[in-house]
Amino acid sequence: MTAITKNTFSSLTPAQFAAIGNEFDAIRNRMRADLGERDAKYIRTMIKRQRQFEVAGRVMMMIPPVWPAGVAALSVSKILDNMEIGHNVMHGQYDWMGDPSLNSKNFEWDSADTSKNWKITHNYEHHTYTNVLNKDHDIGYGLLRMSTDQKWEPRFLANLPLTVLLHTFFQHFVAVQNLKLEEVMIYKTKTPAQLKEEFKPVWKKMRKQLAKDYVLFPLLAGPMAPMVFAGNVLANLARNVWACAVIFNGHFPEDVEQFPESVIENETRGQWYVRQLLGSANFSGGKLMHIMSGNLSFQIEHHLFPDIPAHRYAEIAPEVRAICDKHGLPYKTGSFASQTLSTWKRIAKLSLPSGKSGKVSPRMANEKAATPMALAA
Amino acid sequence: MSTTAPRTHFFSTGLRRALSSRIAATLAYPHGVDRYVEHFAPTFSLNEVRAVVTAIRYQTDDSVTMTLRPNGNWQGFRAGQYVRLTVEINGVRRTRCYSPANSVHATDGLIELTAKAHAGGFVSKHLQQDLQVGTTVGLSQAEGSFALPETRPSRVLLISGGSGITPVMAMLRTLCDEGHAGQITFLHYSNAAKDQIYAAELAEIAAKHSNVQLLRGYVEADQGGELSGLFGRAHLNDAVPDYAEAQTFLCGPPGMMKAVQQLWADEGIAGRLHLEHFSAAPVVIDSANAEGEVRFTRSERLAKNNGGSLLDQAEAAGLKPESGCRMGICHACTCRKTAGRVRDTRTGEISDAGESDIQICISVPVGTVTLDL
Repeated sequence: MTAITKNTFSSLTPAQFAAIGNEFDAIRNRMRADLGERDAKYIRTMIKRQRQFEVAGRVMMMIPPVWPAGVAALSVSKILDNMEIGHNVMHGQYDWMGDPSLNSKNFEWDSADTSKNWKITHNYEHHTYTNVLNKDHDIGYGLLRMSTDQKWEPRFLANLPLTVLLHTFFQHFVAVQNLKLEEVMIYKTKTPAQLKEEFKPVWKKMRKQLAKDYVLFPLLAGPMAPMVFAGNVLANLARNVWACAVIFNGHFPEDVEQFPESVIENETRGQWYVRQLLGSANFSGGKLMHIMSGNLSFQIEHHLFPDIPAHRYAEIAPEVRAICDKHGLPYKTGSFASQTLSTWKRIAKLSLPSGKSGKVSPRMANEKAATPMALAA
Repeated sequence: MSTTAPRTHFFSTGLRRALSSRIAATLAYPHGVDRYVEHFAPTFSLNEVRAVVTAIRYQTDDSVTMTLRPNGNWQGFRAGQYVRLTVEINGVRRTRCYSPANSVHATDGLIELTAKAHAGGFVSKHLQQDLQVGTTVGLSQAEGSFALPETRPSRVLLISGGSGITPVMAMLRTLCDEGHAGQITFLHYSNAAKDQIYAAELAEIAAKHSNVQLLRGYVEADQGGELSGLFGRAHLNDAVPDYAEAQTFLCGPPGMMKAVQQLWADEGIAGRLHLEHFSAAPVVIDSANAEGEVRFTRSERLAKNNGGSLLDQAEAAGLKPESGCRMGICHACTCRKTAGRVRDTRTGEISDAGESDIQICISVPVGTVTLDL
């Protein structure tokens, strides 16, 4: 994307913000009014496919010659469950249907993370305060050094191995994200007793997931138990790595911007939209790529319209791009492969001390900011 | 047949037991067994009542009579009770109440519902025009206290108007199936003979059972009914002189219900009148003025509608509903609205009056609203 960028967050006038707000609202209202049978059919078909992949995968894993196919099918099932179904349903994208099984209040996903905790850190904190320092927990995320604004410490030498670890155990990292471990370990603002209490529901969910994948299904397989166990490890791993990669790529391009806390005071709807726009980036791909990434390949559209069914982002995208062009705002996108490469390069670079001062200086537009958006989608 | 039926039964109860076991629940975690089996058997559910539409007929130009086969979770009903029927229209689930009109003694296990498609009736119109045999619908268990008492009263007066006939039809059919010995008067009002549902069957029942007196009142002239015009004291005095001795069951449009209730109250026999409202009074939409009240059912609080968002009003009433962004993004505050209309502050759109999930941070009540909060 090489559009000439003329405007920044600080150069826009209140009238321009209002106009942008109205234009995005118009898209949103048109989409909401158009929701119906097509969307219901889409999500139900997706769920049916996921269930078919899951059942087929779990059965095939018990039959030695088709074991690899079983692992692949279960991996696909878990990815669909988490990305295109779970993430989107829990955003309330299908609440309008009035179907309790597709309701953001009730839906629970095939992941160690409880839907309740995830909805707090993700739907509320991350989507409302996208890229606002100290408010978007993803930015304050302390495990990795993702920005030159983060003061270098010797522990960041482990940036790369920690990133590998994060990809490997992604579902469990997400599961403990809302516990805010750093408040206990570093800032001491939370007592271990509080943490223990907060961990209870998380452990309950984790335990059920573990019991299913690593005890019951292997037991059901009889002599194939070790293979089923191993297959489930691989399927969970595949989902973890893929989900983590999609999320890193969607939130890590160099020109994604971050904002000081002051922007959210009396923020207008137009300003909110522009902040979402500047704080997100897309990646390109085919239809399968979009489905398997839960349409998070349209991260910009997702952040503008988090509760519009994600399968519609592809059709909204040209309009969003046109609005960006009209107002001289950047619309950031790139290929999956190049994003992955640049993500890992950045993580490697930031593991070493940089020349910049360690002081956190929240920047507005124009400057390049590497935004630590780990665990966000 | 005699050998396969028990075997099928054995198989299905065995399968059911297996599917409702803790092991099955763990294997199907977190989605649950229903969410897998429903892809093969849409009416199957471990707990929910679902039904398949097995027949549809049209008694009049503006009505539809549906026969439903409920799944095994259906616990039956008492004559006069209603069910909440859920159908999906253009991707959105809509729930409305209908009273089964069949006898509780019907041995086929089927439920018969009749809906009249009135002008503003979004769901009834859909049922009348688009419902197909084979569709799976959602049902609640039977609800409502409007029902024949377990000890059947000997003298029964059934009064109905329009589609309010359905619960009293169930009562009449049930009593006839039981060989009820006492006198039953069936007093029904409709606009014209061509609009009357269950007309042929009522005539048949009246002919067959000497203790059933059928009185048909038509608003339009020359319809051939026993009575003409709207309900009034004269009708009772002429045709049902012993009405004060009867247990009376009433269901009909608001105007008629009011007239009957007034008369029974004036006579001091209101204790013998049992009634069911089947249509709410029309809602006057005036978004400029805050009217009505907000009812929080779970916490049993009541507040006068002050025109603010339901979230603000709930908090002002001392409740602590879950909330997040307060701008319609995060859906943390989504809450079940059980009745009333709300306006979306972002779009100005006004919801329908039925049950639905709403985001209370961007919803302003339009008239009285009931929330499950």
